[in-house]
Amino acid sequence: MDLVSLSGNLLFIAFLLYLVGTVFFAGSIKDKRAKEREKGTGPNKWAKTGIAITIAGFISQLGYFILRWIAAGHAPVSNLFEFTTFFGMSLVGAFIVIYFIYKTAVLGLFTLPIAMLLIGYAAMFPRDIAPLVPSLQSHWLHIHVTTAAMGQAILAISFAAGLLYLVKVIDHTKKSKESFWLEAVMFGLVCTLGFIFISTGFSASGYKADFSWVDKNNVESIAEYQLPPLVGPNQGESLTEGAMEPLVEMPGIINAKKLNTVIWSIMAGIVLYLLLRLILRKRISAALQPLTTKVNADLVDEIGYRSVLIGFPVFTLGALVFAMIWAQIAWTRFWGWDPKEVWALITFLFYAAYLHLRLSKGWHGKKSAWLGVIGFIIIMFNLIVVNLVIAGLHSYAGS
Amino acid sequence: MKEVICECGHHNPHGTVLCESCGKVLIEKDKDKKLLDMRYEGSARRSQTYNKTIIDKIWNFFSSVKVGVWLIVITLIASALGTIFPQEMYIPPVMPASEYYEDQYGWLGQLYYTLGFHNLYSSWWYLLLIASIGISIIIASLDRGIPLYRSLKTQRVTRHEGFLKRQRLFSVSEAGSEDQTFESVKEKLKAKRYRIREEDGNILAEKGRFSRWGPYVNHVGLIIFLIGGMLRFVPGMYVDEILWVREGETKVIPETDGQYYLENHEFILETYDKENSKEEFAAAIDDKGMVAKNFQSDVTLYKTKGETVHGETPQLEKVRDDSIRVNHPLKFEDLALYQVDYKLDELNQMTFALSNKETNEEYGDLTIDLYDPKDTYDLGNGYQVEIVSYFPDFEFDENSEPITKSRIPNNPAFVFKMFTPDKPEGEVSFVAIQQTIEPFTDNEYKMSFKAVETKDVTALTVRKDLTLWVLALGGFIFMIGVAQGSYWNHRRIWLRKVDGEVWMAGHTNKNWHGLKRDIASVIDGTDLNEPADQLDKKE
Repeated sequence: MDLVSLSGNLLFIAFLLYLVGTVFFAGSIKDKRAKEREKGTGPNKWAKTGIAITIAGFISQLGYFILRWIAAGHAPVSNLFEFTTFFGMSLVGAFIVIYFIYKTAVLGLFTLPIAMLLIGYAAMFPRDIAPLVPSLQSHWLHIHVTTAAMGQAILAISFAAGLLYLVKVIDHTKKSKESFWLEAVMFGLVCTLGFIFISTGFSASGYKADFSWVDKNNVESIAEYQLPPLVGPNQGESLTEGAMEPLVEMPGIINAKKLNTVIWSIMAGIVLYLLLRLILRKRISAALQPLTTKVNADLVDEIGYRSVLIGFPVFTLGALVFAMIWAQIAWTRFWGWDPKEVWALITFLFYAAYLHLRLSKGWHGKKSAWLGVIGFIIIMFNLIVVNLVIAGLHSYAGS
Repeated sequence: MKEVICECGHHNPHGTVLCESCGKVLIEKDKDKKLLDMRYEGSARRSQTYNKTIIDKIWNFFSSVKVGVWLIVITLIASALGTIFPQEMYIPPVMPASEYYEDQYGWLGQLYYTLGFHNLYSSWWYLLLIASIGISIIIASLDRGIPLYRSLKTQRVTRHEGFLKRQRLFSVSEAGSEDQTFESVKEKLKAKRYRIREEDGNILAEKGRFSRWGPYVNHVGLIIFLIGGMLRFVPGMYVDEILWVREGETKVIPETDGQYYLENHEFILETYDKENSKEEFAAAIDDKGMVAKNFQSDVTLYKTKGETVHGETPQLEKVRDDSIRVNHPLKFEDLALYQVDYKLDELNQMTFALSNKETNEEYGDLTIDLYDPKDTYDLGNGYQVEIVSYFPDFEFDENSEPITKSRIPNNPAFVFKMFTPDKPEGEVSFVAIQQTIEPFTDNEYKMSFKAVETKDVTALTVRKDLTLWVLALGGFIFMIGVAQGSYWNHRRIWLRKVDGEVWMAGHTNKNWHGLKRDIASVIDGTDLNEPADQLDKKE
């Protein structure tokens, strides 16, 4: 077996191990002997197995990373698939570190699924090993991108901790703004899952529909749909026989293919969400709440804060300092108000505000947890929207 | 202003909440509080003390964290607005910005342009926001940092009872074998790298105080960074020029006072193909087609020798040969040359033959340097060609007169006058690419196109940025400050003997979980009670 496919298999194994690890972390909560833990006897057997499996998964993913690095000759952080996968891996790594500081198994129940969603999402993008264009041929690629990703991953722990905290403390029996928005976040996660399912499903069935279309500059080009076209491109004409006719045609300014993917993801998300509601017979957050009863809310609050404290300097170093050094070398200027740069600055400002609010205004508990959630949304916006929608120098030009 | 004298005898500045030395509550209204606000050690902050003059009010405004956070949030939102559509510097130069935004994005684009969001980051109000953040950082740091420093420097070991019992972590224990207990606790605290101070048998164990300076250090770094940003506008600090050099050409480098010259030997553009790349890349190359591998200019840098007389060709001395590639600029003195653009196959020379229209007999070739055409070309034997007019970038204007759009030979055209032995007064011919016009008569002779020579042109950015060192220093100090404040905690544990009891209190600026673990482990095996978290009790 060649390096590339071996590396791909290791990634898949890692994904499966994270899944099994999640199950064990869930099991550790149901364990009757868990009560002993409260008395300070440490994590139970389920939790210990869970973290062991998680570490095995992490090592397997590290194997994927190293083999792919050897195969390509450069660190695999140069396109959307590679970056997002690395982000997922860093998140697991950050969780492992936090686990050994605070020994909270239930955090794994929230972190590992997020990491799996990230890796699953990454896998929907082209996975070819591509050679580096001149501007990327620098050691700063490795240094800048990996440090930035690690910073974001550590910050993302505060999202997992924030979710855990909110699921625990919010009263889900009453209708309130906070319970609504928490459920909205859950729905967003389910939509990501929907995107993965629907993309995998149609790509497995080999679905393809090509359109010739005219963009806003009146240039004709071809759009390759991997999902059935609910919305078609401007003046689109089907090139694939038997493909369905788009229900609506979009104006030239809108990228109909991406919008189509978004609509499919939301539809799949709605279906999945309704199925979950049918099975659980309550909101997702409410269904998760019993799993969080034993965990100490203050400790979770502290973990969220701690991860921002640890992650903020790492993020600043990677996404701003190293970024500026490299930009000076590659692009002649350390700062150019490129959208990705601006969004790194926004992330920096946001967490700076978080820290000031927490330190000086005493924003603890719920407020702090919500900020952790919003911070992660900003990070995801920078990863997804800025790369795919707002064109710029950093654009991975994902199709 | 009058000082506040505490019962312990310490003189505190006006406005002090907790005595800098013993920690006694000095402000009446704070005496009923169950827990103390320990954020700045209850020190006398100017912003909390004075609010009369206009200076007080400005000071208080900018020292407020609430104001600071609002400034951050507004800057954040403003920055995000600037990414909705591309900034002006990133739009293609196809049309002026005033038309581009409306053309591309409709009325929203028009609105964006009208509001000035196409140059948002250099707008006066955005710069004002950044400046306000700078002022806020300075004032807030001075307002808090200095009194905090005084307080922590002055603090004594024996703290007032009211101070101890209003700490978040507090316990009272019956004193048994006090001395033995204290010794054991001291040993364990030392093992945990606490600095121990003793006074009248009471203990203050402290560690990581320097983490309290983290925020002030990082704020200093930020201010230096912002100053570095402002230095950009000081003349001489910053250069941003572009230099186009053709292959074989030697040009003076701008901003060097004519001291340095650059010769471009060759521009190299390489792309990945399946033959020259790893087999792992095959799929990606198939998928994406042409992918650039290298942009490179092979150059020689020269320095002028001796005095340069104006108008004379200077004497050049080679400094060094180099290859400028992306990510590998050529650096000399304060300048750096970066590979940023190129143009392949620019027309450079054209060769024509003077020939007879009927017989196609040729009477000699002439090669015209499109950048420096001669007036006449003597072909010998009485044959001669004169260039009457030259249009490097030719087109017809609205009156059908030939004009040139630029001095770059993108579309060269000539008016030739051909002198031959039988036509001594000459025949005029207008020659452009793929067309010949004979304005006066039917000519006997013509200029027939023979060959063209092209050259690649490289574009280099000439950059000087003397602000980089200031920015680097600011960034470095900022990172030290952030790490200092984030990765270390300031923890203090007090043990005081009060009327046969042992009072124990603990304080940390953050990570209470860690402090609790420290305390639990140091009192393990003694008869001291573990301090309760009084914040828990309240809830």
